[in-house]
Amino acid sequence: MSIKVEDVSKRFITKHSDTETLSRVNIEFKPGEFICILGPSGCGKSTLLNIIAGLEEATSGRVTLNGKQVTGPGPDRVVMFQEAALFPWLNVIDNVEFGMKMAGVAPAQRRERALKYLKMVHLTKFQHAFIHELSGGMRQRVALARALTFDSEVLLMDEPFAALDSQTKMLLQIELQQIWLETKKTILFVTHNVEEATILADRVVVMSANPGGIKKEFQIQVARPRQPGNVDLAYLMNNIMQELKTEVEKVAKAEYDNDWNIQKNPVLPSINDNLGSGV
Amino acid sequence: MIIWEVAYELGVEYLRLWKAYVFPSPIDVFKTLYSLFADQTLVIAILSSAKRIILGYLVSVILGLIIGLIIVKFKWLDENASPLILGLQTLPSICWLPFAILWYGLNESAIMFVIAIGSTFAVAIALEAGIKNINPLYIRAARTMGASGFKIYWNVILPASLPAIVSGLKQGWSFAWRALMAGEMMSATKGLGQVLMVGRDLADISQVMAVMIVIIVLGVVVDKLIFGQIEQNIRQRWGLDRA
Ligand SMILES: Nc1ncnc2c1ncn2[C@@H]1O[C@H](COP(=O)(O)OP(=O)(O)O)[C@@H](O)[C@H]1O
Ligand SMILES: [Mg+2]
Repeated sequence: MSIKVEDVSKRFITKHSDTETLSRVNIEFKPGEFICILGPSGCGKSTLLNIIAGLEEATSGRVTLNGKQVTGPGPDRVVMFQEAALFPWLNVIDNVEFGMKMAGVAPAQRRERALKYLKMVHLTKFQHAFIHELSGGMRQRVALARALTFDSEVLLMDEPFAALDSQTKMLLQIELQQIWLETKKTILFVTHNVEEATILADRVVVMSANPGGIKKEFQIQVARPRQPGNVDLAYLMNNIMQELKTEVEKVAKAEYDNDWNIQKNPVLPSINDNLGSGV
Repeated sequence: MIIWEVAYELGVEYLRLWKAYVFPSPIDVFKTLYSLFADQTLVIAILSSAKRIILGYLVSVILGLIIGLIIVKFKWLDENASPLILGLQTLPSICWLPFAILWYGLNESAIMFVIAIGSTFAVAIALEAGIKNINPLYIRAARTMGASGFKIYWNVILPASLPAIVSGLKQGWSFAWRALMAGEMMSATKGLGQVLMVGRDLADISQVMAVMIVIIVLGVVVDKLIFGQIEQNIRQRWGLDRA
């Protein structure tokens, strides 16, 4: 299933400001591809993803899915958010079944499929637990299981692991790669973490800031499953980091006071410090 | 209880601070309570009060939910009607009695109206606030999962605002209960409030206190056992108790 983003721009006009968040973004995603959108906070990653999801409307330009224009949200493009967005009034299994219930799937069939996907994320033991009884990582697993039940060819993920501790994050990154290999979905994964992007993606798209746009793309052809600390990835990470650095600085300059300077305040660590991390 | 009896013994029997008809002994009160139950007076009163409040309350809940939903649905109504409803809500329900009597005459419908009116607004306001405060993420997530229109209301918006709705129902109940007593005392021919007034007319302080005890017990039972239990269940399910 191919997604085409054609000339998409987005302005946010509020009482106090008029921001051009995205400016003429053009990009295409091939079926079964794992793409990471990488960029500094505030560069418009979520906005782009929301426009593709149909949650936000582009000011101009259009998004098509297999040639059909996207006009609103729908179960053919499931979204996973940074917060799990699970419903606290339902237990785990009912949360996983939610989408199928909306689609009118019969209860017995719903249960069977929900269990299958809960098994995929290793949480069948917790099927009757309530959401507040789960850890952050478990919640994201449930959200992932819920997203998988749609059997959609496209999965949109907006920094789903950003709020997790690094061990949990690593586990989930490995699981997600496995699930992707099994299901062959098109995954569009937004992150601001260079390491995460290189571990997960076939293609990393670096965004520029102010206004947001596509800056550069990197193909990543390293064997999977990839783990943090992979030597082949280190070289790529270094290149990507260079691209990102100027954008981070740009955002920082716009958001912070004028005396801010990236040389004095290095926000991104040197790549060499990162080599052994997570091993 | 013992304090009460001691106070009675001291104040009435020995020191003669109060007369027995202003400060009854607990024994007298329970004797009266027993005889009021034995001759069915209280049973009939409780049943007729219960019938009134259940009917009046049900009507108000249905009306309140409908009004709340309508206000949420239409933005201009929200801007214009909300202050009005808020204003109406601060008016104690019993102030509606003269109005109701003019409309319906001095009868059952007038009391029913007074019971319903107070809790209707409480329920409507709670529902509106509940819906407005829903985490927008729930709605966004539901929309990407193919929920829309009625389905989103039934499966997401209503359950998500349930904690607020329940506290509105609870508050509505207490308004209705107060309005019921006030209405009955002023204009009923049957019911707890009326038995209370009979006690006053007969200058029978034991009867007055006996009925007050019944009213308190019923109020606490409904508040704690029914609404308290529902609230507790929801809080547990949602994990709201983990501070
Ligand atoms: N609802 C909105 N109203 C006004 N401005 C917005 C809104 N959403 C996003 N923006 C603007 O768009 C910019 C990019 O936001 P976002 O897409 O969330 O960035 P990212 O996900 O890359 O961190 C923000 O800096 C903000 O100025
Ligand atoms: Mg974001």
